[in-house]
Parts: sequence; structure tokens; C-alpha cells
Amino acid sequence: MDTKEKQILVTVITSFLIVAGYSYYVYLTQVADNIQIIDDVKFWGKSFLILIPVALIGQIIVHIIFAIINKIVTNEDLDHRSDERDKLIELKTIRISHWVFVLGFLLAMSTLAMGMQIWVMFIVLLVSGFIASMLSELMKIYYYRKGI
Amino acid sequence: MSKTNKIETCVIVNNIRKLRFNTNEMTQQELADKTGVTRQTIVAIENGKYFPSLELAFRMAHLFNTPLDQVFSASFSE
Repeated sequence: MDTKEKQILVTVITSFLIVAGYSYYVYLTQVADNIQIIDDVKFWGKSFLILIPVALIGQIIVHIIFAIINKIVTNEDLDHRSDERDKLIELKTIRISHWVFVLGFLLAMSTLAMGMQIWVMFIVLLVSGFIASMLSELMKIYYYRKGI
Repeated sequence: MSKTNKIETCVIVNNIRKLRFNTNEMTQQELADKTGVTRQTIVAIENGKYFPSLELAFRMAHLFNTPLDQVFSASFSE
């Protein structure tokens, strides 16, 4: 496994831990005591907005730590260059994640159309965004290994 | 009037490893640095897992001071 694949794997694991940890934290601090809050649109808006900077900062910190550990272990600097192959792989995986998210969005809207509660729609949106992001990263590893 | 058949398959092979060896045993990293790509991309090209853009292919040919068809060659079947 080369450094690029390791970086992608770190991103996947970090994303999973951040989303799982943040969801559990929100459940413990807000939902556990007051289950009615899940029908409040304001609660979902706030939760989504806070998740974005939390995920970004978390990813930055973990990647700095990864770069330091990688330097200590392999004595090599991380190569942040992106050439034509990287860009092609990026384009292909963005297309996949785009379609997965669009499907998730349609599914989320369907839950509203079917008269389900608003929290179902937000959960479907969150899960589809998460799956789209994970799939995009995992497909990168697939393309780096199998070739394009 | 000549009739041309449709090309069904095209297999592209490369001689980069041989050309590197003949160019002062150039390393993959040196070739990557001189052509502006990462070493992983050179590895992928040599292993036939990635076919470079025309621009990169010409850069390699220029670097090895050889015609493009000496770097990459294709065989077709109809």
C-alpha cells in the first residue's frame, strides 16, 4: 500500500469516526433527554452546520498527525502533488459520489412525499451524504490499485 | 474503393522500462520529476494500468530522445 492509499484510508477511518462520534455526542447531549427535538427543523439545521467545521478540523488534525508519523517511520515527506492520473481518478470518483448522493436526495424527498416524519428525511440525507463520501474515497483506492 | 474494417481491440504496450535503462539507468522517480508526474503514475504506466495523455507521452518521447512509437506501440485486431 503506497502513501496515497494510506492517506485515503486515514480519511475514510477519520470520517467514519467523526460522524459516528459526533452523532453519538448529539444524541447524548440533546436527543436522549428530549426525544421530541428530532421533529425540530432548527435542531437538524444546527447539527448539520456544526458537523461541517468539526469534520474539517478533525480531518486536518488527523492528517497533520499522519504526516508526522509517516515522516518518523518512513523518513519520507508526503507528496501532495496531483498529476493527470490523480485528477482523472478524482473526476471518476466524484461522478460516483454525485450519483449516490442524488439517489439519496431523491429517497429523502420521497420520505417527505410519503408523509413520513421530518427526521426520517434528515437521517436519509445524512446517511446518503456519508455513503457518497465513503464510496468516493474507497473507489479511489480501487482505481489506484486496479488502474484506469 | 478500399473497405476498412472496424477495429475491435487495441492493445497498447510500452518500452519505458527499457528506455529508462538505456538512459543512464534512469530511476522511476527521476522520470517522474522530469515529466512532472508522481512516481506512482510512472509505475502505473509501466505496468499498463494507466495510459497517459498525449502530452505526457510526447514529454516522455522527448526526454528519451526517441519517436513516440518507440515509447508506446499498439497492436490492433479486427
